[in-house]
Amino acid sequence: MSKRLRILIAKPGLDGHDRGAKVVARALRDAGMEVIYTGLRQTPEMIVEAALQEDVDGVGLSILSGAHMTLVPRVIEGLRQAGLDRVKVFVGGIIPDEDVLALRALGVAGIFGPGANTHEIADFIHQQLTEG
Amino acid sequence: MELVEKALAGNRYALARLISLIEDNGTEARAALAALYPHTGQAHVVGVTGAPGTGKSTLVNELTKVLRAQGTTVGIVAVDPSSPFSGGALLGDRVRMRDLAGDRGVFIRSMATRGSLGGLARATSDVVKVLDAAGFSVVLVETVGAGQAEVDIARTAHTTVVVEAPGLGDEVQALKAGLLEIADVLVVNKADRPGAAQTARALEMVINRNAVRGGADDNVWRPPILKTIALDGSGVPEVLEVIVAHREYLRASGSWAERERARVETELRNVLQQELLARLLARVGEEQVQAWVERIAARKVDVYTAVRAVLGTR
Repeated sequence: MSKRLRILIAKPGLDGHDRGAKVVARALRDAGMEVIYTGLRQTPEMIVEAALQEDVDGVGLSILSGAHMTLVPRVIEGLRQAGLDRVKVFVGGIIPDEDVLALRALGVAGIFGPGANTHEIADFIHQQLTEG
Repeated sequence: MELVEKALAGNRYALARLISLIEDNGTEARAALAALYPHTGQAHVVGVTGAPGTGKSTLVNELTKVLRAQGTTVGIVAVDPSSPFSGGALLGDRVRMRDLAGDRGVFIRSMATRGSLGGLARATSDVVKVLDAAGFSVVLVETVGAGQAEVDIARTAHTTVVVEAPGLGDEVQALKAGLLEIADVLVVNKADRPGAAQTARALEMVINRNAVRGGADDNVWRPPILKTIALDGSGVPEVLEVIVAHREYLRASGSWAERERARVETELRNVLQQELLARLLARVGEEQVQAWVERIAARKVDVYTAVRAVLGTR
């Protein structure tokens, strides 16, 4: 059996809007990925530990609270410390342009705004994860 | 094998990688399992099954909290179905297990069925072995939301907990064979909802009937029926007590060894079947298989005649 792509979808921080995360999770499943959905209010530590136990290829973070500049670096740093450097990080949410550049510089592999098409998101993530 | 050594030494990432290796079923996986096998056989493997929405994940979460309060380490394998169309899966059991985050005495792994029927994935029993070998004292296996036929768990677990909830069907559902017959422990969850007493009573009738059929032997385990409200943990410590009592019963009655033997036999037969089929198909070739499919579909030959011809038997 060939290897299936596994991705963790998490909502760090305190905002309670998980609709977008669920829609993306479903789109990724329909693109043939195994999606581990962890639900609301995850701390960066919880996300890193779940990514480790589930041995995922990617982590998708949905952040609508505006706290992305504190949360995303903590997740990336946590993954690095846990030895999960190969895990790619994606961010969905309302991210201002200047932050997009900063997040990319931190190593975020993809950033998706509110209008993003779910098929395109799934295709992009699939491509990123299969590139190794 | 380096991964195996690291996993046995308690490296959690090595453990996770090892599980992936086994899920993806390469030749390396075989070698890893061979190296792990002598370290298995210590854990109490407890299956949790039942219809979708009965509260399996929540119960697993609460059971684990009670076990952890006693200092027992817990490995969890949570199985959800793969989509038959895309092959993808949405594995959502962690949502109900967030209380367990950050506890190093717990390891949770979500698994997709990847085409297996029966309520578990092909590799589930092998993943259980990994967690067993890594030293988790109890391994909880949560099956996919199961109805009546998904009874594979009884061949993987020492103790099978069947979770029911009120309002999911009338008593006739409870009379059906399958899930209830594999139950070592019956839990009526959501016991604060109307109809819980009726559900428990309907289950009791089935259990009594099965007991009558089995004779009045005092040494036969009769599955206790317990009521829980997993959401707030009510009744969960009692469920754990019964699970532990069942383990003691298995050990004292000799059924533990019996079950192990039956499990190993099923496993051997399954692996033989898979291997033989794979070898046969490799020899026959996909082209010839497709040619037979065409002929059978065109009603030129029936499936049994085709199989005899493929196998070269009369």
